[in-house]
Amino acid sequence: MTGFIGDWHALAILFVAGVIPNQIWRMLGLWFGGGIDENSELLVWVRAVATAILAGIIAQIVVQPPGALASVPDWLRYGAVAAGFIVFMLARKSIFAGVIAGEIVMLGGKYWLG
Amino acid sequence: MALPPLDSPQWQTSFRAFLWGARSIGATVLTLVLFATYLGIGALAHDSGFSLGWTLASTAFVWAGPAQIIVITTLGSGATVLQAAIAVTVSAIRLFPMVVSVLPLMRTEDTKRRHLILVAHLTAVTLWVECYRFLPQVPRNRRIVFIHGLGLGLVSVCLIANTIGYALAANLTPLFAAGMLMLTPLAFLFSTARNCRELADVIALVLGLLLFPLAALLNSGVDILVSGVVAGTIAYGVHRARAGVVRARA
Repeated sequence: MTGFIGDWHALAILFVAGVIPNQIWRMLGLWFGGGIDENSELLVWVRAVATAILAGIIAQIVVQPPGALASVPDWLRYGAVAAGFIVFMLARKSIFAGVIAGEIVMLGGKYWLG
Repeated sequence: MALPPLDSPQWQTSFRAFLWGARSIGATVLTLVLFATYLGIGALAHDSGFSLGWTLASTAFVWAGPAQIIVITTLGSGATVLQAAIAVTVSAIRLFPMVVSVLPLMRTEDTKRRHLILVAHLTAVTLWVECYRFLPQVPRNRRIVFIHGLGLGLVSVCLIANTIGYALAANLTPLFAAGMLMLTPLAFLFSTARNCRELADVIALVLGLLLFPLAALLNSGVDILVSGVVAGTIAYGVHRARAGVVRARA
């Protein structure tokens, strides 16, 4: 891929695989929003599935890492996530503290391993 | 930064309200989290072989980090367009309840549906959370334009972060490139954990993490979908069972 836009084909794929499947739900929410109870059982299930999908994406990046992340050993990536989570909990659920701690453990470990 | 009181003349023009919305991106730590996430997405897109223009278009038109990451990782790892579209469709379902719950906060008697299109587009996890925090401090007739300012401000921050992440991924040492790619799972994990409101959400998160490696053994191309639906349904089942126990006791 060269240049700023690169391949127009890739842009078309973005709309088919990314933009449309995503915007459908927002527009449905806009269209039918009035009649649905936010606490209905269906929405509890939808939220649970959506949360689990998000968790799957997180796991995929850590378990099957892309690009440069693949150069970090498995145990170090898992350890960094665990350390970040512990700090996140200790810091009264500070996202920022958790991210920084996870990064420090991973970068520090990788640097130490050489 | 504090917003002006509800009766302040600052709210008299739409333009001012828009600017207050845009300025409010400086009043939330979530802006920093978004910045880190989109830095990571820029780096991920670079390492997966997408152009910078493509990456910015995905941020502007998709405007949902998880969906963007699914598109990048699935297409980048050779899945078909259909597989990517299915995974995004399912991951984006969560936008539906968010839009449904956020729009009543800013509707007035004169509000037409078309006035809310841009708000619906801008709705994603961060905006959804911030609506509950900021909107009580904004006069009702200025809320839509305030959210336009806040949302477009956040999009701008993310476009800048994408560009920086993309450029850095091309030029950084492998160590720091790895660090940037790691920003995405960390930021998502903790922001999701923070948004867990009920036991069902916690179980869905934990099971979703644990079941993905198992589902990946199937190598179906829709592994995320399989683990997500299974983990989410189990979590919902636990929620139902507990609700039943509570009802039986009462």
